[in-house]
Amino acid sequence: MSDAALPPGRMRQSIFTPRRKRFITSIVLAVMCVIWIYPLIWMIAASFKPNSELFTNPGMIPNRPTFENYGRAWTEANMQRYFFNTLFVTVGSVLITTIAAALGGYVLGRREFPGKWPLMGLMVFTLFIPQGYTIIPVFQLLTTLGLGQSLWGLMLATCGHSIVIFILLFAGYFTQMPRELEEASRMDGVGPVKTFWYVMLPLAKPIVVTVVVMQSLQAWNDFLLPLVITLANPAMRTLSVGIYSFKGEHFVDWGGMMAASTIAIGPIVLLFLFLQRYFIDGLAGAVKG
Amino acid sequence: MAAISHILERGAEGATLGQRIWKSRIDYLFLIPGMLVFGAFIFWPMIASFYYSTLDWTGFGAHSEFIGLANYAELLNDEFFYSAFKRSFLFMLATVPFQMIVGLMLAIVLNNKFLKLATVFRAMIFLPVVSPVAVIAIVMVLMLSPFNGPINGFLIETHLVSRAVDLLGSPQMVLWTLAGIFVWKWTGITLVYWLAALQTVPDELYEAAKLDGVKTWQVIMHIVLPIVAPFAVVIGLISAISALNVFPLIQATTQGGPFFSSEVMEVYIFRTAFAPSSGQFPRLGYASAAGVIFGLSIMALTILQVIAVRRVRRKEAENV
Repeated sequence: MSDAALPPGRMRQSIFTPRRKRFITSIVLAVMCVIWIYPLIWMIAASFKPNSELFTNPGMIPNRPTFENYGRAWTEANMQRYFFNTLFVTVGSVLITTIAAALGGYVLGRREFPGKWPLMGLMVFTLFIPQGYTIIPVFQLLTTLGLGQSLWGLMLATCGHSIVIFILLFAGYFTQMPRELEEASRMDGVGPVKTFWYVMLPLAKPIVVTVVVMQSLQAWNDFLLPLVITLANPAMRTLSVGIYSFKGEHFVDWGGMMAASTIAIGPIVLLFLFLQRYFIDGLAGAVKG
Repeated sequence: MAAISHILERGAEGATLGQRIWKSRIDYLFLIPGMLVFGAFIFWPMIASFYYSTLDWTGFGAHSEFIGLANYAELLNDEFFYSAFKRSFLFMLATVPFQMIVGLMLAIVLNNKFLKLATVFRAMIFLPVVSPVAVIAIVMVLMLSPFNGPINGFLIETHLVSRAVDLLGSPQMVLWTLAGIFVWKWTGITLVYWLAALQTVPDELYEAAKLDGVKTWQVIMHIVLPIVAPFAVVIGLISAISALNVFPLIQATTQGGPFFSSEVMEVYIFRTAFAPSSGQFPRLGYASAAGVIFGLSIMALTILQVIAVRRVRRKEAENV
């Protein structure tokens, strides 16, 4: 866009050629972005410093790099257990949410049946209700079902966070597909379940990936729900809650805390870096809709 | 009701409602998993919260008693509730404009298709968005610590302050510090929204402006901004709602302290329901009533904004 600035006549006289301008913009942006993620860089650097050095060496490079912090965080602070708890909740909720949302979105996007529009209206109506409003009944329901203290309960309730958005995403995508798809498979004598599984779902791959990625982010980083469910049961903690309690339980161990944080942030950042496009398209889709 | 009678009438044209439902049985079967999740964790809690808010209920598994609207009456005289409610909306007003302006400025710069590293910069700005809030909180507590924290170290070394500032420990500053952290964490998402909005500006407009020798800032002010302005309402709505749901950041950073000075609505609800101070019972009914008022306020805000979106769209349609 900086290119649009210069009228053709002035372009040769100006010392700021478009190329040079872009170069300067890039340098400024690069410096800004490094400052932007400085807290995360500092976190990783600190996780490799022994505790004694943390207070004395403000620089980035540790004088005596060590993995001890990771060892302490992984075993003594129970990050190992929390890691696998989080993994279980994330993978389970991603599987359930994706299948449930795809099935529901397919029906709502392509079929006519009694009650469809009231149902859509009801779902849109609940789109923005805050978690603080639903947490007490959710916990009460899980307790009634005998799941109030279990990872299964946590996993199921985690599915609820964005289910409406995901159903609407699928519905919007399926609506645009041509009618002939189902007609062709009906002529071939293929049943509705097989049509969905072998024809429609593969065509919706971009939405499937978006939902998988967004639900992973949601489940991995969730805080209020796992906090409430694990209040009486520390063994069920997820990484987020584990780090939160770490702060209260071992406050002097900064190095361990930073190692635990790096463990918690690592997988989700890697997922983001590999599937960037889907994270960004998925989120941007919310605005267009 | 209107919807139901509408369906009944339509049904009368051909098959009866019962026949039509039977014909669609496979559709309902497909809907079951999604509706189970939706019903159990969204719809039922929404209804149940109303009921719970009329109870005197001191803990899960404890006996509860119907007390009508007494919880609401008590809330109206509860200073903590008022302050938390006000603080939630203050927090929203303090963060949303910054987040939107910073996001828009970054989006305009990064939208330049000749900028080769744009995706790398976008990813870097987006990194805090994908980071767990609990991690952000703990890193910020350490970085801003008045005892050997690197930020204070830097400020003292450069003589910007004479002694360490406790940004998260001072009742006057804590909410603003948290607002700053919040804006930093979530600007990446606003940036992505704006970038999506900027895709609706046709390339030809830039080219035409370039040929006419129009300056960059004029292009932005007179061409780009008017085109993306309608998106501002939607982006503003999403940002406002997320600013009201700030529980994780605040609970993990300050737990509402010091002296309740950063206690927003959801922290208040959590404290009342799950983490009462020692010697007190959890008050689930009372917390539900607070939750209902908060939820209804957010819904009202949503409806207002949706009306605003409709208005803007209609105006656009008239102009075109």
